[in-house]
Amino acid sequence: MPQRILVTGYGIISSIGNTVQECYQSMIAGVPGIGRICNIDTVLRDELIVGEVKRTLPELLDMAGIEPEEGYSRNTVLGIIASSEAFHHARLHENRQLRTGLISATTVGGMDRCELFYNDFLTNETRNAYIDSYDCADSTERIASRLNLTDFITTISTACSSAANAILLGARLIQSGKLDRVLAGGCESLTKFHLNGFNSLKILDQKPCRPFDKNRAGINLGEGSAYLVLESEESQKITGNKPICELKGWGNACEAFHQTASSPDGVGAYLAMKKALELSGLKAADIDYINAHGTGTDNNDISEGKAIETLFGNRIPMVSSTKQFTGHTTSAAGSIEAILSILCLEHQVIWPNLNFSEKIDELNFLPVTRLITGEPVCAVMSNSFGFGGNDTSLIFTKI
Amino acid sequence: MIFINGLGAVSPQPNAGSGQFPFEFTKYDGNQLRCPDPGYKEFIPGDQIRRMGRVIKMGVTAAKLCLRDAAHVTGFTSGPECPEIIPEAIITGTGMGCMEDTEKFLATMIRNNEEFLTPTSFIQSTHNTVAGQIALLLKCHGYNFTYVHRGFSFENALLDAMVQLRSGSVSNVLAGGSDELTPAYFSITSRLGHWKRKPVGNDRLLEDHQRGSVAGEGATFFFLQKEGTHNSYARLRDVRTLLKPGSDEKTGRYLLQMLQENEIAPADIDLVVAGFNGDPGSDAIYRNVIAASLPGSAIALYKHLCGEYQTSTAFATWFSAMMIRHRIFPEFALLTPPPVNLRNILIYNHYLHVNHTFILLSAP
Repeated sequence: MPQRILVTGYGIISSIGNTVQECYQSMIAGVPGIGRICNIDTVLRDELIVGEVKRTLPELLDMAGIEPEEGYSRNTVLGIIASSEAFHHARLHENRQLRTGLISATTVGGMDRCELFYNDFLTNETRNAYIDSYDCADSTERIASRLNLTDFITTISTACSSAANAILLGARLIQSGKLDRVLAGGCESLTKFHLNGFNSLKILDQKPCRPFDKNRAGINLGEGSAYLVLESEESQKITGNKPICELKGWGNACEAFHQTASSPDGVGAYLAMKKALELSGLKAADIDYINAHGTGTDNNDISEGKAIETLFGNRIPMVSSTKQFTGHTTSAAGSIEAILSILCLEHQVIWPNLNFSEKIDELNFLPVTRLITGEPVCAVMSNSFGFGGNDTSLIFTKI
Repeated sequence: MIFINGLGAVSPQPNAGSGQFPFEFTKYDGNQLRCPDPGYKEFIPGDQIRRMGRVIKMGVTAAKLCLRDAAHVTGFTSGPECPEIIPEAIITGTGMGCMEDTEKFLATMIRNNEEFLTPTSFIQSTHNTVAGQIALLLKCHGYNFTYVHRGFSFENALLDAMVQLRSGSVSNVLAGGSDELTPAYFSITSRLGHWKRKPVGNDRLLEDHQRGSVAGEGATFFFLQKEGTHNSYARLRDVRTLLKPGSDEKTGRYLLQMLQENEIAPADIDLVVAGFNGDPGSDAIYRNVIAASLPGSAIALYKHLCGEYQTSTAFATWFSAMMIRHRIFPEFALLTPPPVNLRNILIYNHYLHVNHTFILLSAP
């Protein structure tokens, strides 16, 4: 029998809260974190709405207990805050004999400072402290250094499925016996770079996003960070941590259709979900809820919806997207939404798919439009898909 | 056991792609080593060549070279019309990702004050573009992953491949590393003292005492399987990563521990392929660690061939696998007399003193 993978800790910061508890309260209250752009000096400020963490960089540094010093990107500080919450939740500072990995995901890395200082980088010495913090690994190495994690560290970037892949890799390294426990997740701050990138693709909605709605018009971008602690059963016996849930299945597949667009039948999404289901040993009918990738773009929601219909046939689980709450947090979306899905198992709720009014013609199912309570939630699936056709699906089950 | 059953490299050594070994050494007199066009149009549809960033072209070409080579080594192809084997998993590593496209979008955004932006370079700026494009061109729906951790990126890709092969979840993997050197990246990292100020010939890299190295780039891919053939290049025994060891003694102990866990005596490491890059401080680490832990091994260098970059160890692995396969030690790479035997090669590299890595190869 392969090792069971237990989730024993989590931490999150997003536009709907700075801790897991705060995010849960916002979700239960149905209060989204989408609003005007406050922390980025961009010409798109009056056009777009986003899911921003409502703190400036100095405020975030203060919150993380970091002395104001040069070289920290917003992305890194978000990562430090969320990873620290998870780290302390699962008391990773104890039992240091256990082999503990740090697997972190990001794509924009230190771009928020880089785009401010790029001309300085090219022409003078004043911003040299930020040059090394541009790449993806910088946030991971700074997190590792603060939490004193050295056994195994790596950084993953598969665009918007990055953090889901960090979790998937953590599970695989535990199962292979290379590690006993893993802090896995991702961080992504909003940047002018990717706001403009998505804007140039014309896939940003100027109004609150409407995933799975006939009149959906694109994404609201967001930012944040979230990490899970995964442990093997043996590790959990030693740490005595209370398992929150089990990571039961995971699947990674490549759409191989187009660099950014999804195929009309969602072959990549279908394969990722199918692999996760097969690995979990569950039947399709056992899945109670799918936290969809559900970006609100014309293309994603049909493609993902078709893939769900192909896999689940005429017995479609409850489906919703939670990006109306958090915005699309790109590389952090996989772990932020993993935690939102886990909260469904813990509190026996299903999150509503906000802003919905009309069914998509091409699909045969409706998303969940109100908060569901009082129904058993035993198995949830969380989907994350990215540029490059990188599709990943995770399944969590109640203990 | 895991075997290298195919390889392909696009490197600053244009003659290395010919399949001849040893290849004819290409000399550079500046402090930047770039990959000449290896003939992209043989590997990439014409309409896409113009649009693709350079590292994407390099990566796709190295991957296809590798998969064509794999077809020869294994005697297997994925179909009569297809010269390549379609792999079951694609795993890549890159330190910096697609720099050319990232810089292009960033510079345009700053220059135009966020107006008149077209999405092409943004679309190609994500680090997983190389893995995604390989999958797209091959129509490969399997596992697809990209590691972006500085000097660990390629090693993490290899480690992932080994874990997957050993678990039996796939029967073959395409794994590799790629990074590109752009003028802006060179200029910006020059500020941090990464590169030698005065140009130095790459044939005299270790004789120069200026601080810094010479910048490089490349894309290198491997086809890995659990079964060997009589044409296999080498066995991939182990890959380890060590973050900030703190002292050369610790690094040496870690290295010996790794060998012990693989049941290899230090004396059985016939050759160390080390990441000497011409920076005196950096090179002292290799000298100390090798002298203390592997005093009897022959030593080779490789960065005078490809330059310094985050995934240079992929080129080192290519170079080592070629030495094992052809049982030839190119004189232009040896720092010591050649080894008598060739059973085991250890590749040891550190990226800017922080990311130390070890790759252990054996004769098949």
